[in-house]
Amino acid sequence: MRGNKNALIKINDLNKKFSNGHVVLKNICLEIFEGDVVCILGLSGSGKSTFLRCLNLLEKPSSGEIFFEGKNILSEKINIDLIRQKIGMVFQNFNLFPHLTVLENLILAPKKIYKKNNLELKKEAYELLKKIGLAKKIDSYPSVLSGGEKQRIAIVRALMMHPDILLFDEPTSALDPTMVGEVLKVMFELAKEKMPMMIVTHEIGFAKKVANRVLFLDDGNLICDESPEKFFNEQENIKIKRFLNCMTYK
Amino acid sequence: MDMVLELKHALYLNLIKDARYLYILNGLKNTLVITFFAVLIGIFFGFLIALIRNFCDNTGKLKLLNRLAKFFVVIIRGTPIVVQLMILFFCVFSSRSANNILIAIIGFGINSTAYVSEIFRAGLNSVDRGQIEAGRSLGLNYFSCMRYIILPQAFKNILPALCNEFVSLLKETSVAGYVAVQDLTKAGDIIKSRTYDAWTPLILIALIYLILTYCLTCLANFLERRLKRHERK
Repeated sequence: MRGNKNALIKINDLNKKFSNGHVVLKNICLEIFEGDVVCILGLSGSGKSTFLRCLNLLEKPSSGEIFFEGKNILSEKINIDLIRQKIGMVFQNFNLFPHLTVLENLILAPKKIYKKNNLELKKEAYELLKKIGLAKKIDSYPSVLSGGEKQRIAIVRALMMHPDILLFDEPTSALDPTMVGEVLKVMFELAKEKMPMMIVTHEIGFAKKVANRVLFLDDGNLICDESPEKFFNEQENIKIKRFLNCMTYK
Repeated sequence: MDMVLELKHALYLNLIKDARYLYILNGLKNTLVITFFAVLIGIFFGFLIALIRNFCDNTGKLKLLNRLAKFFVVIIRGTPIVVQLMILFFCVFSSRSANNILIAIIGFGINSTAYVSEIFRAGLNSVDRGQIEAGRSLGLNYFSCMRYIILPQAFKNILPALCNEFVSLLKETSVAGYVAVQDLTKAGDIIKSRTYDAWTPLILIALIYLILTYCLTCLANFLERRLKRHERK
């Protein structure tokens, strides 16, 4: 039904086998479009994170094709650094650079890659920080920030590169429960601005509210790709039902 | 009173008479020159080897170089420095036209390279993997990530170990006498053989070594504090 639209990401027969022989991803095919907010659910060990990390080649797929904006990123000729500039990533453990201030964290990559001048970048960083209410922290080091603040800044750091899509790898799993909300709020705002996002998460409520597609990975197989309404309310797959039950009793 | 007089006489005999202090000054100069240049060689090539090995571990490229580097480290760390020096002096540079001090610099430099490379490697590995992943995911290439993200953090972690290595290198140069270099230890040895007084010259050079290593350690502590200060604000 969306065939006439060009896919932002197109994945064909993606396989990933670890060096110990374990097959983590099995023949995954998927298309992601402009404005999609995709939540990826699944039990731990089902390959969700590995799948996400394959999309910017932090993990190297064993076989298959990944097209990003029409370019096959697994081709030898592709400069992966150029692709990664357009695919932002937010990690479970934030991975802010501890030896740099918040401002330096934000402007390091755009300064080195886009060669923009400091003043311009500083202004941009300040504006983004103001939007998430952290302008006061611009000269702080990450060690004095709370988990929620770190993660919000990590999101801004990814945004500073003006990515065409954002990948979130369990962005709230390492957070104190009281800080989950502030991070999800930032992501919610991004979704409203039509930023394409792929989110590996266990936040069912967030998936229901924000996603327009919900994927379910089971032991490396992509067994479900539905709208949240169908996924949560008309679920027929017994495995997914069991999974959802576990989540609600949590 | 007697003791003071005796000490005065001993110092006069071992240092002033026949300008024997010149042995010590010259030995000190040679020790410092050898240490300084060996440290430079060690840092430069040690860093290079660590980078090659890290690059190979991270990307799977440069496998042959990686293997050579591993081999080099095993050989150098597995054999005594005196033997390495003697091989250089009597076998490799046996033509005698080469300068002894230069040979000592090369020998200690090669030796230090192996140890420093392991220190750097441990330092690079001590930085969380997430750091390079974050850098790469922003689109920075491997070398930019190294330069702006990994190295500043790694350097802070390895500073104490690196300083230790230089302190031991300074002390290890005392075997340079084996290849006919008149370093500080050899100077003490020469004076001893002239004055038949073992105590004074040997204690004296021990003191000089102690002062040198103590200064180095203080310098490292100072640097460490400065770098740490950076972290909290």
